Amino acid sequence: MTIHRYEKIWLTFGIGALIVFLSILGFTAFAEGHTPPGGVLTIDPQLIDTVAPWNAPGVYDRGERVDVYIVGQVFAFNPNRFEVPVGKPVTFHAVTKDVVHSFTIVGTTVNMMLIPGYVNQATYTFKEPGSYLILCNEYCGAGHQVMQAEVIVR
Amino acid sequence: MNARATAVPNTHPPARMHLFVAFLTVLIGALCGLLQAFVRAGWIVLPNWLSYYAVLTVHGVLLALVSTTYFIFAYLLAGNGATLGDLSRGQKRLVVAGFWIMNVGVVLAAAMILSGNASVLYTFYLPLQAHPLFYIGLALFVVGTWAVSAGLLAQYFAWKKAHPNARTPLFAFLSTVTLFLWWIASLGVAATVLFQMIPLSLGWVRGVNVELSRTLFWYFGHPLVYFWLLPTYMVWYVNLPKLIGGKLFSDTLARFAFLLFLVFSFPVGVHHQLTEPGIQDGWKFLHVILTFMVAVPSLMTAFNVFASFELTALEKGQRGPFGWMRSLPWSDVRFLAPFIGMLFFIPGGIGGLINASYQMNAMVHNTLFVVGHFHITVGTPVMLTFFGLSYWLIPHLTGRTLTPWAMRLGLVQTAFWASGMLLMSTAQHALGLMGAPRRTDFTTYQNHPAAERWFDTPIANYATMAIGGALLFVGAMLMIGLAVYLAFFAPKNAANPDTRTAFPLADAADPHPQPAFLENWRLWLTLTAVLIFIAYTIPLIDIASHGAPLVRGLRTW
Ligand code: HEM
Ligand SMILES: [Cu+2]
Ligand SMILES: [Cu+2]
Repeated sequence: MTIHRYEKIWLTFGIGALIVFLSILGFTAFAEGHTPPGGVLTIDPQLIDTVAPWNAPGVYDRGERVDVYIVGQVFAFNPNRFEVPVGKPVTFHAVTKDVVHSFTIVGTTVNMMLIPGYVNQATYTFKEPGSYLILCNEYCGAGHQVMQAEVIVR
Repeated sequence: MNARATAVPNTHPPARMHLFVAFLTVLIGALCGLLQAFVRAGWIVLPNWLSYYAVLTVHGVLLALVSTTYFIFAYLLAGNGATLGDLSRGQKRLVVAGFWIMNVGVVLAAAMILSGNASVLYTFYLPLQAHPLFYIGLALFVVGTWAVSAGLLAQYFAWKKAHPNARTPLFAFLSTVTLFLWWIASLGVAATVLFQMIPLSLGWVRGVNVELSRTLFWYFGHPLVYFWLLPTYMVWYVNLPKLIGGKLFSDTLARFAFLLFLVFSFPVGVHHQLTEPGIQDGWKFLHVILTFMVAVPSLMTAFNVFASFELTALEKGQRGPFGWMRSLPWSDVRFLAPFIGMLFFIPGGIGGLINASYQMNAMVHNTLFVVGHFHITVGTPVMLTFFGLSYWLIPHLTGRTLTPWAMRLGLVQTAFWASGMLLMSTAQHALGLMGAPRRTDFTTYQNHPAAERWFDTPIANYATMAIGGALLFVGAMLMIGLAVYLAFFAPKNAANPDTRTAFPLADAADPHPQPAFLENWRLWLTLTAVLIFIAYTIPLIDIASHGAPLVRGLRTW
């Protein structure tokens, strides 16, 4: 199988570019900690109303950082309006009581899937104060388009 | 060989039937697309009895899953007929039975969607629970595709046996890889439909493991896009060089690229699950790396196709870096439509790499960016290639002719599709970057300023998307009109097979003997299995060992 010289150049260049790009992704992910949302904690959707911290979702200021617990269900988030401080890392922990939803804060990198049975989490530090729109971007049923919330950053 | 290529093989009738259903589903699907674009812009409001999500389910199922499959089978049947000849009686029976089983499946699923019993979108993620007949329809559809594929694969192996020393025609080789890919991919969706969705919807089990179902679905979902792409590449490799009066630059590399697709298109499915829990970071990253690998055979394809253009130009005496542009038949829709598709595939491929880029995925996941992405991959490179193909395949299958005015109208049709897609996909990509969600009925989110931007930013707004959608719709209707004309009304000058529009098969410029390992299926299928095993065993064991509670099904629409 002979490969033409130009094709070798083209493929070397192409594969080289892919490798460089992947290395950057890998570096920022694992060396700088920008990994995607995720986690392997499980939870029974039926028990969400009874076990802590899910029975009292909301904002928990831990001093250096902030934890926010969010419960999604058709077609709302609980809490649906809350405040977090600017400049402090905020970790969002989110679950769903029924079908798949997402927890997405427009204008940030917080965009994660809520899978029944699992807890998902993502961390973000807000740099600008203001009102941010939270929405569900995974189809969840007839009222999917009204599933929204708001976070006020001060 | 030559006598055979001009006779009418018995694959023609089933190919015609598949093509007919393909266009019928494009008709309905395009109408839904138009409605969606208008609804999201706030231009129209659907009547109460018609839900946006039922419309969107029809659109996704018919265009992405159904029409593509029927187009592909029509093309593979016609091409296998042109290169391998007739199907045996048993093979033909399998193909025809498969076709009807697929039809029954599609009708069942469509009836459930239209009656509002299956507004679960074309990904039907659990624990959304549709009517059992929807899942049974899906299962029948998949079983039907297995029968058609089995008929074609059997034809290839029988031919091999009868011609032990002959080199397999390029078309038949590529078609065989494509069918293997489909078989292996569909096992994933079949598993979740048969063992999770049908039992759940019939009430045989009380709950399902959702993350397991999603992993099985995406084990299928990514190679599915290669099932659409490989036949598209076949047109570019096998037919286009002939249509422009040239040769394929390298036959061997075409075969090799397809084998790389087979091997690398499976261990990548988790790149659709980057923002969900249940799969560990390291495994997500491995799938990302392999996703970048599967870009390599696309790079090889780009080289091979453009080298064929260049070669043709040289043979026609055109020199210089842009000589190839002068030698191409720009006013021939059979060339122009797939060529425009190729151009769209450049940003399409780059967008795909962005989507798959691990942490960057969170910026675009489930936004309209993704919708923009697949309209400039499957919606344009694939669809425009199938449309371009129809301008010669229908005449080839019916013995009618592509008249000059149909050719001109075809150019207009292509222009509508290309400009509509350019507008719509640009708006969708930009809206997605501004956070606009996909698969969402009209909403202003109570006039939140972040959502208002989606309506009033220049270009990047829903109105642009709707204008693009309207142009696309015109393109789709012109195409269907032309297909009907070519199939039933165009002048029939070719009752005699020798003058019938031929299935254009290009010769290759590399006549070297082909290395035997290329056609060693045991080798390639083993490699494929090994990579699947590496990429999926531990993630699946993990999911099982997390012991996530089983979740009951819900009808939330
Ligand atoms: C008349 C031409 C078309 C128009 C106007 C159109 C329009 C649209 C619009 C506006 C959406 C977004 C809906 C939403 O997310 O809320 C969409 C989704 C989609 N389109 Fe198209 N489209 C067209 C053709 C196609 C073609 C040819 C294909 C594929 C072969 C295709 C595949 C899809 C898929 C898979 C989705 C996603 C469905 C989902 O998220 O469940 N479309 N289309
Ligand atoms: Cu939702
Ligand atoms: Cu993919």
